[in-house]
Amino acid sequence: MDLTVLWFWIVAFMFVGYFVLDGFDFGIGMSLPFLGKDDTDRRVLINTIGPVWDLNETWVIVAGAALFAAFPEWYATLFSGFYLALLLILLALIARGVSFEYRHQRPESRWKKWFDGMIVVGSAVPALLWGVAFANIVQGVPLDADHNYTGTLFDLLNPYALLGGVTTLLLFFTHGVVFASLKTEGDLRERARRLATKSGLITIVVAASFLLWTGLAFGTLWFWILAAVAAVALIGGWIANLRGAEGIAFTLLAVTVATAVLALFAALFPDVMPASNDPANSLTIENASSTTYTLTVMSWVAVFCLPLVLLYQGWTYWVFRKRVSRASIEAAAH
Amino acid sequence: MNELLDPLLLARWQFGLTTVYHFLFVPITIGLATSTAVFQTAWYRTGKLEYLKITKFFGTIFLINFAMGVVTGIVQEFQFGMNWSEYSRFVGDVFGAPLAMEGLLAFFFEATFIGLWIFGWDKLPRGLHLATIWCTAIGSIASAYFIIAANAFMQNPVGYEMNAERGRAELVDIGALLANPVALAAFPHTIAASFMVAAGLIISAAAWHLARNQHLDSMRPALKFGLWVMVGSGILTTLFGDQLSLAMVATQPMKMAAAEAMYDTACGADASFSLFTLGTPDGTSELFSIRVPYLLSFLSTHTFDGCVEGINDLQAQYTDLYGPGDYTPIIWITYWAFRWMIGLGLLHVLVAVVGLWVTRKGRMPKQAWVWKVAIWSFPLSLAAMIVGWIFTEMGRQPWIVFSLLPTESAVSPNVTGLDVLISLVAFTLIYGILAVVEVRLIIRAIKKGPPELGEPDPETGRVEPASTVY
Repeated sequence: MDLTVLWFWIVAFMFVGYFVLDGFDFGIGMSLPFLGKDDTDRRVLINTIGPVWDLNETWVIVAGAALFAAFPEWYATLFSGFYLALLLILLALIARGVSFEYRHQRPESRWKKWFDGMIVVGSAVPALLWGVAFANIVQGVPLDADHNYTGTLFDLLNPYALLGGVTTLLLFFTHGVVFASLKTEGDLRERARRLATKSGLITIVVAASFLLWTGLAFGTLWFWILAAVAAVALIGGWIANLRGAEGIAFTLLAVTVATAVLALFAALFPDVMPASNDPANSLTIENASSTTYTLTVMSWVAVFCLPLVLLYQGWTYWVFRKRVSRASIEAAAH
Repeated sequence: MNELLDPLLLARWQFGLTTVYHFLFVPITIGLATSTAVFQTAWYRTGKLEYLKITKFFGTIFLINFAMGVVTGIVQEFQFGMNWSEYSRFVGDVFGAPLAMEGLLAFFFEATFIGLWIFGWDKLPRGLHLATIWCTAIGSIASAYFIIAANAFMQNPVGYEMNAERGRAELVDIGALLANPVALAAFPHTIAASFMVAAGLIISAAAWHLARNQHLDSMRPALKFGLWVMVGSGILTTLFGDQLSLAMVATQPMKMAAAEAMYDTACGADASFSLFTLGTPDGTSELFSIRVPYLLSFLSTHTFDGCVEGINDLQAQYTDLYGPGDYTPIIWITYWAFRWMIGLGLLHVLVAVVGLWVTRKGRMPKQAWVWKVAIWSFPLSLAAMIVGWIFTEMGRQPWIVFSLLPTESAVSPNVTGLDVLISLVAFTLIYGILAVVEVRLIIRAIKKGPPELGEPDPETGRVEPASTVY
């Protein structure tokens, strides 16, 4: 197989890893005002992702690095072009990450309220903007002959891209709330399940319209197949949640996120940054990629590392498989 | 107004600010992860509760610091593309590889095992839990290697060929890239210096309690550990620093000339090392200086009759090689950064040696000033580390990749001055606020002291409070 094709899919896999994992912990962050009735509830919710948010977030760093190594032109065009949008994502991720660590350092409720707010906003902003960014990549943006983006921040906020953003926001929210029902007990678990039923319905409608719009405008055969799997998994996940099968619901929603991301990459292939103004200016897997030598070296590293990474990260999730109870949180000193 | 909105200048300020800021957390993480692992191993092997207290005490400080390291690290990974897209296009084929290796081989490892360590006290068997902090430490050190290898390419490009058609550098030898002589010297120098910073933190925190005659059971061994690590890693930092200067003279002679503010080539006794210089405001001639003859010759060549090239000669050579232009870094920055790095570093070794002497055989100095000096170890050793980093990066200017790409050609052409001004202001504000919060939390955690512990469970060996929760 051509290495550029392989690396296109490795990059896709990295973003799948990032959105499947950090997606639901964005959802937990966003769920605080809906599910966290009191401080203990909010602490329970935060502790469901306590041991893993950090490794989840690492996926975006590695995805960025993989993009840089395998497709430097793609990395350069995307990151310089979407400058202000990425700045907002970075600021949000900073505020959110430190809040997990800082929130529990002091007992005062004013202190905690402040960091709760940062967790909510810091989770919602990236959940929305990553969708906006990927929808714009698929749709194409104006590029000059040197592959530099020539638009502004406001060109990125077009209706199609905003629909993409709302889709990821809702999808991550619902995935997070289902995770909350999977990892908590009693009243909180029940409320999470009910909230997921409601938000899941809206998610189904919005995600279906986004996938349909994408398919009609940019669809390929593989896009339709993957999008269909995503749709079936989303509806299946919603039904499983309704029946209280939390593990199945969570897994099916993870499948939804994964296949939806893969579907977007399938719609993109073999372009990586299509130019909306002139197809001659588009970046493709050919003109954006590194040399065969670099890709060969990186392939060996990826083949050796990725299975190990999946293994020890999977083990981590297994170690922390137990539900988080209110009693255990209240018992623990601050 | 034009000056204010110059995208190049603003992008350089932003890179400098965010990188120095990120680098505050890196040496603490590297040094403290390993130190915490050593403390926990001591507890594991001896069962003495004071070692567990030290582990938990420094573990808490380590965690406050770690979250900042992670989130400011994302900025680093993104901003090559955001602000330096021409650089990214030019070096991506070479430079991206060590960055991606860092992520896949080291950072994933570190980030996963730190979560297991923080939350795994009551979920993993004792031995396995101990292994997780060692994995975190190994991950953080491996991570540093790949980052320094990537940086070394900017200082001394190796293992590449130029592709004229695509106008970029392309990797041809990954072995040469990873075994860059600059990386091989800079890596142990940086790691040893990171241990000095961690030792500084341990000395400061322990001294704060010992000065108040409290927590003697845990803080006295912690102080001893910190002092020994400071002496040992101080010596190693100096030895590897010496290797790094040799590599620097061989590959970037201008950086050494700039470190010395030496305008004319000098040999033997004339190649003297100036301890202190007062110059005219424009920096072109000196008014007063204290000099050690032969020392610069020795540092640069390991002989007493070697010659060290001066700025003027190098400038003339580079003009011939690379065309007209100014190839000189900002001399007052490199000159003073180099001196502060060495001066503060050596001062710490001295302070630690004196510290070991005055606390020998269980002695506890009564004089308040002894403890005050000790408490300054942390901020000053961190400052030494930072000025060292500023020196090596500012000494590389005006190149972003030495001899291949000038910094001014590397900036993103489509990111406006206003864009960068917005991001620079945003980063300055959020980093400034977080710095205040962070410092207060660390001081608070230090003042709170090590936790009170229960008796070990006879079956599992666990000690309450065993669990960590947010």
